[in-house]
Amino acid sequence: MSTKEIAGNTVNLTEDGYLTDPSQWTKEIAEAIAAEEGITLSEAHWKVIDFLKKDYEATGTLASIRRINKTGGIPTKEFYTLFPDGPLKKAARIAGLSRPASCV
Amino acid sequence: MADEKIKKVSIVCSKGSLEGIYPALIMANGARMEGIEVNLFFTFFGMDAITRKKMKKIKVATVGNPAMGIPTLIGALPGMSAFATKMMQKKMDELDIPPVDEFIEMISAAGAKLYACKASVDMFGLTKEDFVDEVESILTVGDFYELSAGGQIIFT
Repeated sequence: MSTKEIAGNTVNLTEDGYLTDPSQWTKEIAEAIAAEEGITLSEAHWKVIDFLKKDYEATGTLASIRRINKTGGIPTKEFYTLFPDGPLKKAARIAGLSRPASCV
Repeated sequence: MADEKIKKVSIVCSKGSLEGIYPALIMANGARMEGIEVNLFFTFFGMDAITRKKMKKIKVATVGNPAMGIPTLIGALPGMSAFATKMMQKKMDELDIPPVDEFIEMISAAGAKLYACKASVDMFGLTKEDFVDEVESILTVGDFYELSAGGQIIFT
């Protein structure tokens, strides 16, 4: 674990760059992490992030891609387009949540 | 220095039982989740996973499967395979692993390319129309190797 300053906030990060405490997350941090991933957050991106955060609060785990599709209403194809090359990992990192721990 | 990241995989799905098909689908989907380019090649009974009439009827093999812990003669009783399949599907649904037909849609939506094997298609007397729309085309083994150039090949 390390600490790093992102968008003017000091946050705790895991070795691979995930926030260890979701309560340290701000929208500015999300934008800064997205920029690191080469993504400019649009309304469609925020819809995914909002769903992931809300779902995490309700269930205590990171939603799967299937759940993002079925419950979050974001088609899988669109999800892969919004967050290319590893969508769930990138979206989770931007949303300030933990690294995906499931195989699907 | 860390090892170079895998960029491309070609996965061969050759078995038509539930426990034969899922590893290939999970590995294909998992590769896309990592941003890895994926070709998924269905051959022999593995083609059941993409055959419209069969993809919803995939079953666990309860005979000749010592790891199941069911004696062969009991595994052969009517309904045993259906029962074992139902149990496994229930568990998979809890883990958010989709049924085969939905999984094929999901993997295709994720950007993997799906193909059927020409030799098997000819042998079973099938045509492109027997397969779901997600299947790109029917390939010879030569085409498959060409397509797989520069990547890893996984046989399941």
